[in-house]
Amino acid sequence: MNLYRAHVLVCGGTGCHSSNSDKIIERMEEKIKEKELDKEIKVIKTGCFGLCESGPNMVVYPEGIFYNHVKVSDVDEIVEEHFFKGRPVKRLLYKEVQEENNIKSVNDVNFYKKQTRVALRNCGVIDPENIEEYIAYNGYQALAKAVTEMTPLEVIQVVKDSGLRGRGGAGFPTGRKWEEAYKYKSDKKYIVCNADEGDPGAFMDRSILEGDPHSVLEAMALAGYAVGSDQGFIYVRAEYPIAVQRLQTAIDQAKEYGVLGKNIFGTDFSFDIELRLGAGAFVCGEASALMESIEGRRGMPRNKPPRTAHKGLWQQPTVLNNVETFANIPIIFQKGPEWFRSIGTEKSPGTKVFALGGKIVNTGLVEIPMGTTLREIIFDIGGGIPNGKEFKAVQTGGPSGGCIPKEYLDTPVDFESLSRLGSIMGSGGMIVMDEDNCMVDIAKFFLDFTVEESCGKCTPCRIGTKRMSEILDRITSGKGEPGDIEKLEELSKVITDSALCGLGQTASNPIISTLKYFRNEYESHIFEKTCPAGNCRKLLSFVIVEEKCKGCGLCARNCPASAISGAKAKPHHIDKEKCIKCGACIERCPFNAIIKK
Amino acid sequence: MKTIEELNKIREDALGKMNLRKESQGIRVVVGMATCGISAGARPVLTALLEEVNKRKLEHVTVSQTGCIGLCRLEPIVEVYEPGKEKVTYVDMTATKARRVVLEHIVNGNVVNEYTIGAYQK
Repeated sequence: MNLYRAHVLVCGGTGCHSSNSDKIIERMEEKIKEKELDKEIKVIKTGCFGLCESGPNMVVYPEGIFYNHVKVSDVDEIVEEHFFKGRPVKRLLYKEVQEENNIKSVNDVNFYKKQTRVALRNCGVIDPENIEEYIAYNGYQALAKAVTEMTPLEVIQVVKDSGLRGRGGAGFPTGRKWEEAYKYKSDKKYIVCNADEGDPGAFMDRSILEGDPHSVLEAMALAGYAVGSDQGFIYVRAEYPIAVQRLQTAIDQAKEYGVLGKNIFGTDFSFDIELRLGAGAFVCGEASALMESIEGRRGMPRNKPPRTAHKGLWQQPTVLNNVETFANIPIIFQKGPEWFRSIGTEKSPGTKVFALGGKIVNTGLVEIPMGTTLREIIFDIGGGIPNGKEFKAVQTGGPSGGCIPKEYLDTPVDFESLSRLGSIMGSGGMIVMDEDNCMVDIAKFFLDFTVEESCGKCTPCRIGTKRMSEILDRITSGKGEPGDIEKLEELSKVITDSALCGLGQTASNPIISTLKYFRNEYESHIFEKTCPAGNCRKLLSFVIVEEKCKGCGLCARNCPASAISGAKAKPHHIDKEKCIKCGACIERCPFNAIIKK
Repeated sequence: MKTIEELNKIREDALGKMNLRKESQGIRVVVGMATCGISAGARPVLTALLEEVNKRKLEHVTVSQTGCIGLCRLEPIVEVYEPGKEKVTYVDMTATKARRVVLEHIVNGNVVNEYTIGAYQK
């Protein structure tokens, strides 16, 4: 008999897991048993809550009491004071929930107020390793209704009506993609889920896979029914071991309960899903390269046409969609396409999950209706820039995207508006930069990544990006030459026009957009040999401020290059030629007398 | 699982186990479980309430605990919150009285006046 009076939800996503959330759960279950509360309090490991900055996260229901930064050493106190005696542990409460005489529920916190969790609806709410919890919140209802009461064309129509666009970055209308694959006649078709998530700093898909894997499985089965496929593959990057394990558990449970496998819901529709692991190549997130990889070959993109919906995996019609796109499908069927259209904008209905990172207070995962402005995301939900620094730019779309400066903070976010500004929506990585970030260095960071990950098949990308990277390297080391900017601009155009796949075609975006909005920074690096943000090491001089220096000699004693000299109790001096700019002197100086300029 | 009916049955059962996590629209029963409450015997009251609620499968009722309500000499105290109605405070509760409250107040909607604080002070 169920006597539980409290459910304790602890985040088991990769972020909190690496801060020992699994040990927290272990200790909590132990202590609860010790105090004989195990029949009253249930501990559940859930998926990502989104507020990663405050992890490890824990919520106690029914009140919705939100604890953050929980450590294993805090567990005993929580069990004794809160569960046994009824006194919530104030020092662990998320600061915003503490009101005078009351503790706000986690759902009323500013971070969540402006969010609309659709793709993330179950993350942090259910136990992803228990299929029954997914079913409790209407899981598999959509699949059941589709295979018993709807025709494949009706299913495709629902997706078309919803206006859902791919969330992997390109924003292609999902309903149209399914319809294309439906039209091509073949006895074998495939459904593939792109769970490679290669963009640095992006973890939206990871959180969905770890927190609500069944939503992806149900959506893939729906797609299979719609286009006439009986086999699905989830291509997941090997760097996500928790996601891999949760997916496999989910697949096994789904088969056990009969929602995957032969004759689903008693019809003659059968669907199976297998996992395929990536091996660390960014290019394998590109649809055709991904399929080459599944087929056992080196991940290199194919010429298109034919598109993968026509000739994809093993040259058969294949539907490939991103994790987040699939996560939206079951709820579109449950609540109807009109409901989905009521959220977001006309051309971009629905929501988008963003992974907020960089110089921002609330790093984590946020899901907002399309049309929310950048300012709301960064300042209202994200909590603004820490340490009182000024906002400089926000980068969206990872290595394929661009930077957006503060003049455009009030832009409503959707596919078209971001393209107009010279960036892209991308898969949802959003990196915030402040006054201390150097935009040339940022462009170099993303380009270096692209150079590493280029598969090498086509010349423009293989050689072009390398040349651009060399130019940026010279610029940031103080060896920039007049004409470098023009060379970058010309190379960008050529590479974009002639590269074989999206990786090459978008590789120049970070450079083009930083040149558009921050050209002055490039010019300072090249003509004045300075870095305005104070970031590029080789362009900085380390200088001792004479008025502040007391001549204690600590810096000189710690300098690995013996570049500092001076008499005792007299101001010291750094030899620029010998200085290797390691910063050891700055760290040591007790008088803050050394500056970088 | 081969039919939609089976799927629905699993859903009903699982929901019942998870209703604590939803924002409760229904009735909240709160038991004072601070030191005063516990030493006065609030634990058997809590256990009795939980048993009754579960026995009768009252899905819209959540039972939880709170700290010191303030009227320490009248512990164990049980408060019943129902949306749209005034809070009812039961004092000097026992396990037996708690069971009666569940039957008469929570299920049938009749406040057990003699156990309330109003009656005590008379």
